[in-house]
Amino acid sequence: MFTLIGILIVIIGFALRFNPLLVVTVAGVVTGIAAGLSVEKILTTFGEAFVKNRTLSIVFLTLPIIGILERHGLKEQAQKLISKIKTATTGRLLVIYLFIRELTAALGLTSMFGHAQTVRPLVAPMAEGASQNKYGKLPQSLRDKIKSYSAATDNVGLFFGEDIFIAFGAVLLMVGFFAQHGMQIEPLHIAIWGIPTAIAAFIIHATRLFVLDRQIQREMENKSAPENEVTGKE
Amino acid sequence: MIKVQYIYILFGLLMAYVTFLSFRDRSNPKRWLTGAFWGLFALIYLLGDVIPPMYAGIMVILMSLIAGLGGVRAGKHQESSIEERESRLKRLGNKIFIPAISIPLVTVIFVLFIKDMKINGQVLLDEKNATLVSLGIACVIALILSVVMLKDKWTQPFKESRRLFDAISWAAVLPQMLATLGGLFAVAGVGGVIAKLLSSVIPVDNRFVVVLVYAVGMALFTMIMGNAFAAFPVLTAGIGLPLIVIKHGGDPAIMAAIGMFSGYCGTLLTPMAANFNIVPAALLDLQDQHAVIKAQAPTAILLLIVNVFLMYFLVF
Repeated sequence: MFTLIGILIVIIGFALRFNPLLVVTVAGVVTGIAAGLSVEKILTTFGEAFVKNRTLSIVFLTLPIIGILERHGLKEQAQKLISKIKTATTGRLLVIYLFIRELTAALGLTSMFGHAQTVRPLVAPMAEGASQNKYGKLPQSLRDKIKSYSAATDNVGLFFGEDIFIAFGAVLLMVGFFAQHGMQIEPLHIAIWGIPTAIAAFIIHATRLFVLDRQIQREMENKSAPENEVTGKE
Repeated sequence: MIKVQYIYILFGLLMAYVTFLSFRDRSNPKRWLTGAFWGLFALIYLLGDVIPPMYAGIMVILMSLIAGLGGVRAGKHQESSIEERESRLKRLGNKIFIPAISIPLVTVIFVLFIKDMKINGQVLLDEKNATLVSLGIACVIALILSVVMLKDKWTQPFKESRRLFDAISWAAVLPQMLATLGGLFAVAGVGGVIAKLLSSVIPVDNRFVVVLVYAVGMALFTMIMGNAFAAFPVLTAGIGLPLIVIKHGGDPAIMAAIGMFSGYCGTLLTPMAANFNIVPAALLDLQDQHAVIKAQAPTAILLLIVNVFLMYFLVF
């Protein structure tokens, strides 16, 4: 039971908004001590796990390119492009992105899109631009909302697409787990039974994106007097 | 063969340059601590395979101390004005999308066509990490393309990347740190305790309750671990396999597929899945670091309910 103290530290630490990096480190050290590990063993586990998970930050290699393109006006051009499509709305645009993201993930192309590669430089500015073209300058709260929905859409598309791909790590992990317990399961069988949830995820999230369009419309039409204008500058 | 280690070194060099710029930035009152933070991060990428794990562990803890004490601050950046950007855009127009699109495009080409190619019997890309290696190569190509097309200085992209790293700040390191915590939880046997706790309190004869506890348990345990992969073996060995499959005769493949997706619903709800939820909030300059989780929450909860019923009707 005492080993669960780490979880408690994480929950309290996150709730009180301490620096997450520090919270996680303290939780790790305390869990290690509670489990009776030596200081050397705890330090070694920290080091090994951190080095082993270096793959997680590779996506930041895109930042120099995104940075230089932004300096030359990538976001502005993305908004200009979307303004030429008269029927474009924030919700519709994000539904299309959701569809593409989920489909490509299902085909195993998970790194093709992502928060750094596509959401920040292209999807979020376009989603914002679509509403801006319709209603003029948006208040900061609405801009933030559209941005957070753009990131959310990327996650939903990725998560519920990738498990349909039979060679994906999660599917192989499940097959391996059953093999360890003496059961033979076909990867294809697992992948197929992921499809109902994948479809449900698309329907639920797409519906919410259309609702988002309504919310934006309501909020902007209710604004009788225009507020202080927010510049398009990030 | 292009190994994933080469990509790590590439990233380490980028971070080393960010470190150098941070040290030099006198506008940042904490430039030494900020530089030290990025410098330690750079070293782990450059020398991670040769540093003894215990010393790497000390470096990691140092980094979190620096961040926890508010030592990672943003420096000063010269952002281009809207007018500047407009005038530059006139020349390029939609061509500015070419380098941006080349990142996903080149990645896909490498994953689909070059991954299995062999030269002298050796595969060209690191098999285990083919997509990441492809992404790394795509970044190099896109970088060359953008500097040439934009006719900018070669150091400029790296200076711009520091602007973005400063915006993301310590959150850049959080995903790796959380994976580390998952490792410690596993070593300490946290999962086993939770599975035992759950299975001791539920009425095992009720099919629906068993399915409910397994699916919701996957989501909750994923929220704690930040990763459904860590939750799956623990809860499936503790609840799924003994109760759903063996006791009630459920189909293991269906249970696993929907169970893992239930875990993903948990991923959408937790700050512990930092690379999906906290880093994007920083990357998009959102005021509220939990804004992405809030945007996802209704989708995640509705989908979890759907999953419970899907599993109940399909698995038996």
